Formats: sequence, structure tokens, C-alpha cells
Amino acid sequence: MAYNLKEWAKRPERFTGGHRLCAGCGATPVVRTLMRALKPEDHAVVSAATSCVEVSSFLYPYTAWEDSFIHSAFENVAATISGAQAAYEAKKRKGDIVPETKFIAIAGDGGTYDIGLQALSGAMERGHDMVYVCYDNGAYMNTGIQRSSSTPVYAATSTTPAGTEIPGKVQHKKDLTLIIMGHNIPYVAQTLPLGNFKDMSEKCEKALYTKGAAFLNILAPCPRGWRYETSKLMPMAKLAVETCIWPLYEIIEGKLTLNYEPKNKLPVEEYLKLQGRFSHMFEKGNEHLIEEYQRQVDKDWQLLKNLAEMR
Amino acid sequence: MGIRTKLSGNEAVSVAFKQINPDVVAAYPITPSTEVPQFFSTYAANGEVETEFVPVESEHSAMSACIGAQAAGGRSMTATSAQGLALMWEMLYIASAYRLPINMAVINRALSGPINIHCDHSDSMGARDSGWLQIYSEDCQEAYDNFIQAVRISEHPDVMLPAMTCFDGFITSHKVENLELMEDAEVQKFVGKYKPPYHLMDKEKPMSMGPLSLPFHYFESKRQQAEAMRGSIKAILEVAAEFEKVTGRKYGLFEEYQMADAEVAIVILNSTAGTAKDVVDELRAKGVKAGLLKIRVFRPFPVEQIVAALAKCKAVAVLDRADSVNAAGGPVFTDVTSAMFGRVDGVKVINYIYGLGGRDVKTDDIKVVYNELLEVVKTGKVKEVYNYLGVREV
Repeated sequence: MAYNLKEWAKRPERFTGGHRLCAGCGATPVVRTLMRALKPEDHAVVSAATSCVEVSSFLYPYTAWEDSFIHSAFENVAATISGAQAAYEAKKRKGDIVPETKFIAIAGDGGTYDIGLQALSGAMERGHDMVYVCYDNGAYMNTGIQRSSSTPVYAATSTTPAGTEIPGKVQHKKDLTLIIMGHNIPYVAQTLPLGNFKDMSEKCEKALYTKGAAFLNILAPCPRGWRYETSKLMPMAKLAVETCIWPLYEIIEGKLTLNYEPKNKLPVEEYLKLQGRFSHMFEKGNEHLIEEYQRQVDKDWQLLKNLAEMR
Repeated sequence: MGIRTKLSGNEAVSVAFKQINPDVVAAYPITPSTEVPQFFSTYAANGEVETEFVPVESEHSAMSACIGAQAAGGRSMTATSAQGLALMWEMLYIASAYRLPINMAVINRALSGPINIHCDHSDSMGARDSGWLQIYSEDCQEAYDNFIQAVRISEHPDVMLPAMTCFDGFITSHKVENLELMEDAEVQKFVGKYKPPYHLMDKEKPMSMGPLSLPFHYFESKRQQAEAMRGSIKAILEVAAEFEKVTGRKYGLFEEYQMADAEVAIVILNSTAGTAKDVVDELRAKGVKAGLLKIRVFRPFPVEQIVAALAKCKAVAVLDRADSVNAAGGPVFTDVTSAMFGRVDGVKVINYIYGLGGRDVKTDDIKVVYNELLEVVKTGKVKEVYNYLGVREV
């Protein structure tokens, strides 16, 4: 159904309060918005990789999940959910009565970009009718903010500290969304849970109700790892979009569409300066770090614009 | 009525898979188990099964997909060998902890390194403490029979643990043997429908599985798992009795060959038992009271029963086709001797590591073991407890 904030807000909460995620955590609105995009009458089987979401939502004997939920390990959420989805297909084939069920995998960037990449690629290539949701906070936050291949360049993490010789992480972030585009699946999108509820809600709905494999990469700011005030979650998300650091786009059957193009693209400093992990970039003599960061963002943005113009 | 035919071990187990018609088979190729998913994919392609065949991108994902499928209320199966089992290792523990009765054919192959595709038991022995039932098979008939029984045992309400049916790579997996299959309908009737009380697909009773379980709860769940393993001995014997009624083929926790009055005995598992039985026959013809105990069920380890079977022997040799590399002895040896300790005194027990990486084991090798046992009986002395058979010493 067409997106209407008031209507959607009235949908039942399928990820209940009482979970242990931090105040100001971006993963919570990711999960809540995602689960709200399900048709109220549909059942869901959700699998989470080992992550903040997993350890905070299902601490025995309490669960925050109104639907069915399984956690098995870190690197295999895509494989675990693909097995559940395969059982569903077999049961339908055998004529067993099964409820209309949606299969959802949730993992952080560590569980997706790094250790879970193989299982993710396998499940996408096999084309299971499932949605894989990466909530990307750019580091291993659950284990204490270690760098991942999603960590942005120059970010200070506990394994890429900003030192006198090395200014934080020296490599650029991996572009996972475009890697998944290369899997020829029917739906791929990049979004974020705040600032534009319509964008994320509609993308979740499309991902859930497109037959076949779908992938959502969702930016989820982390106050602990990014070192911002918890109340700054909203501006953090907005600035990621306005600077084109996290562009909103979707790829339907291979065709890339930009969903939002800022009228005045803001300089990256606006985003970086709010976060403690980038504070060393503003020290005297480090101006070139900001320039390099801007150069990469501009390059990535241009690539997306070029892809959007194709076909 | 049974169907008389001739098949290889891999073919026989693939037929068992087909006759069971599980919901999900998720598998990844690895020698010598590759044929199992290969044959099975043909059944799926030709509509001979209703199974969803999931050709995953690794064994880790094969086991993960089986976990997802079984948790969703489906019956799931896989097959693997050596490195494949090693790659699954993390997930083996999770499958058993979640009490998911997944069934797996383990076609025994030596673990790397160096890489070697031939038989030994280092793969499944490495997984002996993963909370899976382990049933070993001497030949193709036993591999087939054990796999079908394992489905029932693992799904038994008092058990609810995953099971490995193990048989020797190439030796059993690729040899063609006369055997008797059950009819499809008989297998279907024997295994029945898998109906777990809780599963993910139940919309009326949604469930969360696999929590973060901290020190206040974790220990109790492991304790329950251990109790299920211990209690599974009863279920194994129940299922064997039922299987005998249908097929006429008798199975126990182990096979006793000429053990009634045996003074010297070998404890062994899988295909080499066949070779050793020939040696027992030869020795018996000469009046030597030789016997053999072939372990079928290694997990759970039938402590009381094995001790009772060996209690009257004077000397016993435990043969291990895997070395623990622990300066103490192979895995079967250490289990047998700790079972005997304090329960039966005076039996001399020695260990032989044999056949690693597919090293051939001939009747002459087995004779060396019996001769040493006879020497131990004669002198009352054990020269060396931890021995190697058929290796070039430097």
C-alpha cells in the first residue's frame, strides 16, 4: 500500500520495547521500520547474525521479537535463513499448510561486508525469496568498535586508532551495495532509517514483497562508535544524505535510480565534525585528509550518477 | 519385502535420502562424499523427491542451512567428508545445542595436512564431542541401514539430537556390494513424518531460538543436552528392535564377533572390522580364543555395555584409525580404557594407530596385533601401550 506515515505508525509494533540497544542507536529504527513494513497478517522468520541487534534483542529468557527469530552464528545468517526458506518451499510443495511467511536476515556491517560476505553472496546468487538487511554502522561495535571493511577512511576505531604516524583507517570503505548489484537480483537498495521515513519504509516493503532475493544496505549511526551525542542521531543521518556520503538509491532489475539528489550538496566537514571518530582530521596540518575524503565522496557520487543515466 | 540389488556405499545412502524424501538437502562437494548430493540432485531434477535441494557455497553454509531448515520444522540432511566436516565444526555444536535432529552422512576421510583424500577417521573423531550421535558402519548395507535408523533415533522425543552416520571413504563409499534395500513405502512408514513441537514456521506459536545465554542459564541447557545423549542409548535399541522386525537385520550398540569365550580381542570400527573378522576365523581354526568387538554406536559411548563385553578378556587391543596426537593414545582407546577403569580390573589394554591417510590394512597387519596380544597373555607384561601399525619407523 502507498506510504502514509500516520497509517504506518498505527501498525502493530513487532519489535517490542525492553530490548537492550543503546539510546541514540540507529539499528533500533532500522529494525522497527523494517518489521512495520510487513503486512500485519503475514508471519515472519527473522534471523540475525551475531551483532548488537542479536545480543540486545534476545537475552534468555526474554525476546523482543513478536515473530519467529533464530540466531545461529556470525558469518552465516544468509545461509541460515536460506535453509528456513527452503524448508518453507518444500512444505508448500508437499501440500503442508504453511502461513504466508517472509524470510529476513539481519546483520551488521562486520557480519555482512566481512565475515558474512561469502554466505551472503551464495544466498543472493541462489535467489532465495528473502530479504537481507545490513545495518551498517561502519565498525564492529558489538565487540568494541574494531574496524571493518565498511569503516570509512580516516575513522578512528579501536584497531585503527588515530596515531602520530597513521591517521585512523587508511583504506576507503568497500562499496557493498554495488557488489550486490553484481548478483543480478531483482531488488537492491540503499537507505537509512531517519530523516526520510518514506524512503526506508517503501524500500523495506518493496524488498519484502518482491519475489526473489532482495538486499537492503541501511546506514545505522552508532553513538558509541561514532562518538556523537545520543540526541544527535537525526542530524547525523540527515547529513550523511545531504553530503552524499550515504546516497539513497535503488536498483530494480539492474536499473539504478537515485531517489534523492541534494540541491546543495554539503561539504563532508558538516558530517565529519559532529563525530569524535574524525576529530583528528580537523587538527592543524591534516587538511589534506578532509580533501581526500571529499575527493572520494565526489568520485563515488559521480559513479552513481553515471550508473543512474545508463539504459 | 526387501529389494535385492548391488550398490556402492554412496549410492546406497543416496537411495536412503531419496526414500526418506526430506524437506531440505543442503550440501557442498567434497571427495569422497560428493556423489551423495550428486545422485540426490538427479532425484530432485527428475521429480523423484519433493525435497528442496540447496547447492550451497560451502560446508559451513550447508550446516547453517540445515540448521535453518530444521528449526523451521523441516527435515534436513547433508553429507560431507574431512575438510567439509572441519569447516562445519562451529555449526555442529550449534545444531546439537539447539536440539535439531539433522542427519548427516560422514564419509570418513583423512583431515589435511598434508591433503589426502583417502580414508581415516580423523574427521569424525574430531567431532566426537560436538553433541552429535555417531553411528559407524562396516559396509554398504550397514551404511544404508544405519542412516535410516539414525533419522528415527535423532528425532526420538527423548533424544532430539543430530546424528552422523559414518562409513569409510572409498573403501565403503565407492565399493559395489550386494545388499538389500527396503521398499520406499516401508522407509516412509518407518521414519514417519517429522513433527517437532516448536518450530519457526508456527505462526500461532512463534518462537525465538538461539539466545544470548549467560552464566545463569547456559550450564543448565548443556546439562540437558548431556542427559539427552545419555538417554539416547534406550532409543537406539528401541529403534533397532523395530528395524529388525521390518527387515530381519539385527543391530545393537556394537557387534560381538566370537566374543563369548574370547581371551584376546580387538576393538575396532568401520570397514577394517571385516578384515579383522577373517583373521579371527583363521585363529579360531587354530584353536586360538580370539574375538572382535566392532563399535557401532560411538556417541553415545556405551560404557557399561562395552565394559561387560570385554570384562572376561585377558588382553584387548583398541585400534584407532585416527591419532589424537596427545602422547596418550587414540580416541577410541582413551574412551575404552576410561570406561574400564574402576569397573573391571586385570584386563591388559593396548592401542594401535593404523591406516592413517588410507594406508592399506591387510590381514597380516591384524595378525601382528593378535600375536602381540597372545604375547601379553603369555608373559603378563605389556611392552608398549601406544603403538603404530603398518607405518615405516625412522
